[in-house]
Amino acid sequence: MFLVIGSNMTEAHPVASTFLKNAVQSGAQLILVDPRKQKLADFAQVHAQIKVGSDIAFLNSLMCVLIEEDIYDHKFVESCTIGFKELKEKVMDYSPEKASAICGVSPDMIRDIARRLAATRPCMLCYTLGITEHTCGKNNVMSTANLQMLLGNMGVECGGVNPLRGQNNVQGACDMGALPNVFPGYQKVGDLDVQAKFEKAWNVDHLPGKVGLMIPQMMDGLVTGAVKAFYIFGENLANTEPDIKKVEHELASAEFIVCQDIFQTETTRFAHVILPAAAWSENDGTFSSSERRVSRVRAASLPPGEAKPNWWIFKQIAKRMGHDWQSDSAREIWDNEISQLAPAFAGIKYSRLEGDGLQWPCTHDQHPGTCFLHKDGEFTCGLGQFVPVDWTPPAEVADAEYPLVLSTGRRLYHYHTRTQTGRCKGLNDLLSEETADISLDDAKLLCIEPGEIIRVKSRRGEVTLKARITPEVPKGMVWMAFHFREACANWLTNAAFDPATLTAEYKACAVTIEKINA
Amino acid sequence: MNMVRLTIDDREIRASEGITILEAAKSAGITIPTLCYHERLNPIGSCRMCVVEVDGQSEPVTACTTPVADGFVIKTQSDRLYHLRQEALKRILVNHPLDCPVCDKAGACMLQDLTFEYNIQAVDCPAPKRNFIPSYQTTFIKHWPERCILCLRCANACKEVQCIGAIDVTDTDDGPQLTFNRDKCVSCGECVQICPVGGMLEKKSSYRWRSWETTKIRTTCPYCGVGCQQLLHVKNGRIVQVTGVEDAQPNKGRLCVKGRYGFDFIYSEDRLKTPLIKENGQFREATWDEALDLITRKFKEIIASHGPDAIAGVSCARSINEDSYNMQKLFRAVIGTNNIDHCART
Repeated sequence: MFLVIGSNMTEAHPVASTFLKNAVQSGAQLILVDPRKQKLADFAQVHAQIKVGSDIAFLNSLMCVLIEEDIYDHKFVESCTIGFKELKEKVMDYSPEKASAICGVSPDMIRDIARRLAATRPCMLCYTLGITEHTCGKNNVMSTANLQMLLGNMGVECGGVNPLRGQNNVQGACDMGALPNVFPGYQKVGDLDVQAKFEKAWNVDHLPGKVGLMIPQMMDGLVTGAVKAFYIFGENLANTEPDIKKVEHELASAEFIVCQDIFQTETTRFAHVILPAAAWSENDGTFSSSERRVSRVRAASLPPGEAKPNWWIFKQIAKRMGHDWQSDSAREIWDNEISQLAPAFAGIKYSRLEGDGLQWPCTHDQHPGTCFLHKDGEFTCGLGQFVPVDWTPPAEVADAEYPLVLSTGRRLYHYHTRTQTGRCKGLNDLLSEETADISLDDAKLLCIEPGEIIRVKSRRGEVTLKARITPEVPKGMVWMAFHFREACANWLTNAAFDPATLTAEYKACAVTIEKINA
Repeated sequence: MNMVRLTIDDREIRASEGITILEAAKSAGITIPTLCYHERLNPIGSCRMCVVEVDGQSEPVTACTTPVADGFVIKTQSDRLYHLRQEALKRILVNHPLDCPVCDKAGACMLQDLTFEYNIQAVDCPAPKRNFIPSYQTTFIKHWPERCILCLRCANACKEVQCIGAIDVTDTDDGPQLTFNRDKCVSCGECVQICPVGGMLEKKSSYRWRSWETTKIRTTCPYCGVGCQQLLHVKNGRIVQVTGVEDAQPNKGRLCVKGRYGFDFIYSEDRLKTPLIKENGQFREATWDEALDLITRKFKEIIASHGPDAIAGVSCARSINEDSYNMQKLFRAVIGTNNIDHCART
């Protein structure tokens, strides 16, 4: 059984979606929770078409039913978790009737889904950015974990909470410690033992113990002057961050920007120095996938001109700043540094990655890797902690002036800002421009024809683009992607962030649509 | 699982009840010729190449669709079977041009291999030319009805594997033909990968290659977080085709449209080829020494006057682990700040 919430995997994770669909065709149940009638709706037994940003009310209500009807997993809750009493107190406040008013799903459907979840085990909960890209993103994630613990769906194959990572190596970038609060392998900044270990390994006297800045704080710092130099490696921030005008103001405020990339992008315009990098298939290395699988990436052709592997560039800068790093290939970096320093990857060596790779934790040479976490209900922290949370609305909701909700995401034929897919022969033929996806009802109300050029406006900007009138989108919603610069959704999106993660609320802001030739 | 005993080609074999003769033979290392059968699909049974003889049964059976039973005594090779397989191939070749020299699939074509193996020199009476419906194509894939052998691998793969169902068989005056639903098709190319002949081909690459000219390099897809395993087909240092690695975790041979056809951005003329330094609002080409010296000087100046926390960096969630590792190491160990992040929060 699957509960998919906030994930349009048919377009964003196409191959993963085929396996889920195969399972459904072989008899597995699928409950889809999504504001849009996306492709998975054709496969789902139940589609709860919740309103944008109402996830917690919906999930709390499922838990309310599970507890009220006493159909949750008592054994798992009693032996493997703490905090049930507090959770119960919180979720009992979310009766299906009360939650229905927030999320738009009928009380009957909420009860039906809760009963289905209780009746079928295990159930895998899959989520993507529909959960995290909200000002309550962290709480959304907590809610999914609360639900799965209450159902006892943790620590078993085909169970658990399964976040589908958006990018090929976003898991790996986290694993490697490209985060302001952890060293490689999630070893905490500020832990003196960890710090001492890395100081010794990296041959330095002192490593900083203060947690660093997250991207939005860095961008703020460019304006306030707290951050003077900004090193942007392989990111097109000027298109991907919410509220492009604000972002470009921030980038323009920097004293010194280094961009390291494979192409000039909207972001490199703000650079003072641009470094040409080798691309995928031009050097050897590893990616780590959503399922924590470390797989090999291999060189097939040479980088153009003077372009160099990224690791080499960082090494050269270090050298010029007085640090002579020994590792001289990706393999040496992994085998001699990463797997030596991070216990979770200790058993992963290039020599073991020839075939299907290894899933971490993989702690020693003979370790087969770990397919799923929290086996037998044993959590990393001991007992699973219920974290009761309240529903909060998006930072910006529809009103009289901006009566529609804009939600954003990805489409099948392109990837992010098209720096790559826009330069692949054929993909532009399959999708050549952005559209504003609107409902039949709203199109009728505003007398908008299919393909008509319309204006979409938010408090931050406006774009003109074709209307795509589709039953996928519910009344009151506009849906757009961020693949095309001119009509990029991020001219409109709201730079409001989850207070803990500083993830932006790409999934909800208020907009209005207008006919151009009214 | 109950086990059964059977004999294949005079070898005693134990096999799980419910598996097919073909699977039992394979597990014992015995090869039975196939054409329409594919491990990732339910048995189709359209080509009759896998016929075998079972003692006590007057007619040969297809190994791909017949389950094993206790006591089966099976022969996979005999004069009769050889002849039947020849006949099966001739039935196919009546409607399949022997245009191997101009077919992209030559060298990787199962029909070509079987025709050779079964020593078919010519087909007595080629069928009159059929009137084919205009062939289906998208920007990436093209159906060649002349070469299609109607094995139905593609239609079943589209339905069973990709769950799309864009390919159907339609009866026409000229007999059954494949039809394609353009609205459903997403150009994932599963049909191309699974076609045993030159019936579904790629249009992507303007380069020409033969399968034996390419080196196959296994790698991981650069798009989403699924981590699909790809085989890069490389000729003269250039990727000409990408296929999914059969049997590999996690994708078991499958790819999506971007994974299969989104590889040539690396060859774009727009690629950055030298370091660039901005002077008077314009970028000029620079040497690595110039660029790295400038960066180092600026970083040192900023650290000296504002401290290391006045420098911040964003790593790349698209690039390899080792790149992110070195970047955070540069920030922590060399610059002296934890101001290192990436787009995990967006």
